[in-house]
Amino acid sequence: MSTPVITARGLTKRYGKATVVDGIDFDVAKGEIFGLLGPNGAGKTTTILMMLGLTEVTAGDIRVLDHDPVRDPLGVKRRVGYLPDQVGFYDNLTAFDNLVYTSRLMGIPARDRTARIMEALERVRLADVAEKRVATFSRGMRQRLGLAEIVMKRAEIAILDEPTSGLDPQGTLEFIAMIEGLKHEGVTVLLSSHLLDQVQRVCDRVALFQTGHIVLMGSVAELARKVLGAGFVVEVEADAAADLDGRFSAIPGVSSVVRVGPDRYRLTADRDVRPEAARAVVAANGALRRLSVDDPSLEAIYTRFFQQQTQTGEGARNAA
Amino acid sequence: MRREGSPWEGLGSVTAKELADHLSSARMIVIGLLMTILGCAAVGVAIYAVRQTTAEDPFVLLKLFTASRAPLPSLVGVLSFLVPLMAIGLAFDAINGEHNRRTMSRILSQPIYRDALLAGKFVAGLATLGVNLLCLWLLVVGLGIIFLGVPPNAEEVARSLAFLVVTFAYAGTWLALALLLSILFRSAATAALVALGLWLFLTVIWPMVAPTIAAIVAPPDPRFELLGIPTPATFAWEESLSAISPNHLFIEAATSLLAPEVRAVGMDPLTQLSQLQGAVLGAPLPLSESLAVAWPQVVALVAGVIVLFVAGYVVFQRQEVRA
Repeated sequence: MSTPVITARGLTKRYGKATVVDGIDFDVAKGEIFGLLGPNGAGKTTTILMMLGLTEVTAGDIRVLDHDPVRDPLGVKRRVGYLPDQVGFYDNLTAFDNLVYTSRLMGIPARDRTARIMEALERVRLADVAEKRVATFSRGMRQRLGLAEIVMKRAEIAILDEPTSGLDPQGTLEFIAMIEGLKHEGVTVLLSSHLLDQVQRVCDRVALFQTGHIVLMGSVAELARKVLGAGFVVEVEADAAADLDGRFSAIPGVSSVVRVGPDRYRLTADRDVRPEAARAVVAANGALRRLSVDDPSLEAIYTRFFQQQTQTGEGARNAA
Repeated sequence: MRREGSPWEGLGSVTAKELADHLSSARMIVIGLLMTILGCAAVGVAIYAVRQTTAEDPFVLLKLFTASRAPLPSLVGVLSFLVPLMAIGLAFDAINGEHNRRTMSRILSQPIYRDALLAGKFVAGLATLGVNLLCLWLLVVGLGIIFLGVPPNAEEVARSLAFLVVTFAYAGTWLALALLLSILFRSAATAALVALGLWLFLTVIWPMVAPTIAAIVAPPDPRFELLGIPTPATFAWEESLSAISPNHLFIEAATSLLAPEVRAVGMDPLTQLSQLQGAVLGAPLPLSESLAVAWPQVVALVAGVIVLFVAGYVVFQRQEVRA
């Protein structure tokens, strides 16, 4: 992992007696897409606001791009772009004028302003409505305008809070493609969401929040191994005279082989064993008809994790 | 722990944007029209009154501001009533509007401190009010010159300009109050209603309630009543209580600036008598003396602006960005 651009150690936020974020630690590496995941009210947005110095830190440390957001919020906010949950704009102004205002707050020199705004609007495909009032914009267009603001800022870190909630599937796909575009430019992206599917699609690593704690952190494959036991389920459909079960079991990394149909096998492994499985079938002179791998879904991980927790919770209660 | 970076960063941009919003808003047009119509009406009445009554007055121009004719009030009266409305109209949704449009966190995630946002909005409001008041002043003086045919002398201009400054401070008090309410209440409608309620209370109800409370706290002495003058203790209470209302302070300051023969405002009758010792009744005071008479009221108004703004600032700094 390259040098972290965001480091949090023991980050805590309390409102009176309620602890919203409770001593979390995490690092975000440069250029990765990091997903903040969890139910509403788990502390994701509060964590984001602390990174930007928009709310006070009760305890712990946070560094963003080597700035301390508590003491030097301007240093952080100059280099970090933020797209809030349900972003709003001045409805009476045009898209262009809205960006003019923020570009002035960003301190973009007047001679570069128009070029940078138009370039950003081009990127999010809003250039043709630049002179339309934002009041006429749909939810998706507003979100894209928010993204244009981050593009215009040339932010090194983009923090997106629930960017796709309330978008239609088409809009969501487009927006995710734009987020991936940011990553290709070397922008570090922090994405908060409760929609597991899309997080899984784009994130390199995720942190799962629950009541102010990070309960799981890592890549989706890592989490799958940790929670589901094994990361990969490979299904093989092949007929062969020889005994395939034995050959599959012999593949390193395979923990179990189950025969689910006359010629169908399900292999559970800690890595993608498709090449070995194919080789095994060929070696047995079999005909390989189908070879597929079930990607571990974040949803399965999420559901399983919370199930396990309730079970252990009940177990503890029963024991007590 | 000290924060780094200047609190003024972005102030100019916020001010420019807010000013542009104000100047192009429908609110502003309504306020402008209202001011023009009422200003013209009040001046028309004053010109009529001046033509009828005063033959030799060294301060004819000032009469334009103070002369009234039932049922229309004088220009000072109109302003004392209208200026708060203008100020409330400009600021009642300043901060909660940003929350409700969900622009607050987006704007504050730009490299500026909250100070700049709040101060920018306040300065833009002040500038808008200033432009309106200056226009009104020019209108009145211009109409005065045209219809009375008397060019104003230096002292009249100085006095009316001082009055303009006092009006500005009065407007600033209400602007700071409306701004504070826009921070305290998340709903713009609530903030506007509370602001209007306070305005009605302070301009209409309080002047009636204050003497009653004064009479309860310090009952009038029958000996003074026999003499036909108010009891000093009662009067002092009444005056202090009335001074809570910016309206009262404004009228007192305006009166002493625009009516040079006024020797004292807000003083109990015995002190007033001492002021009258050796005075030629009805003779005007020099400008410096009139300023001295109006000074406490002006200071109180400016202090009101500062206290209300600081209160708003403190609350705003501690407020959560998230709705």
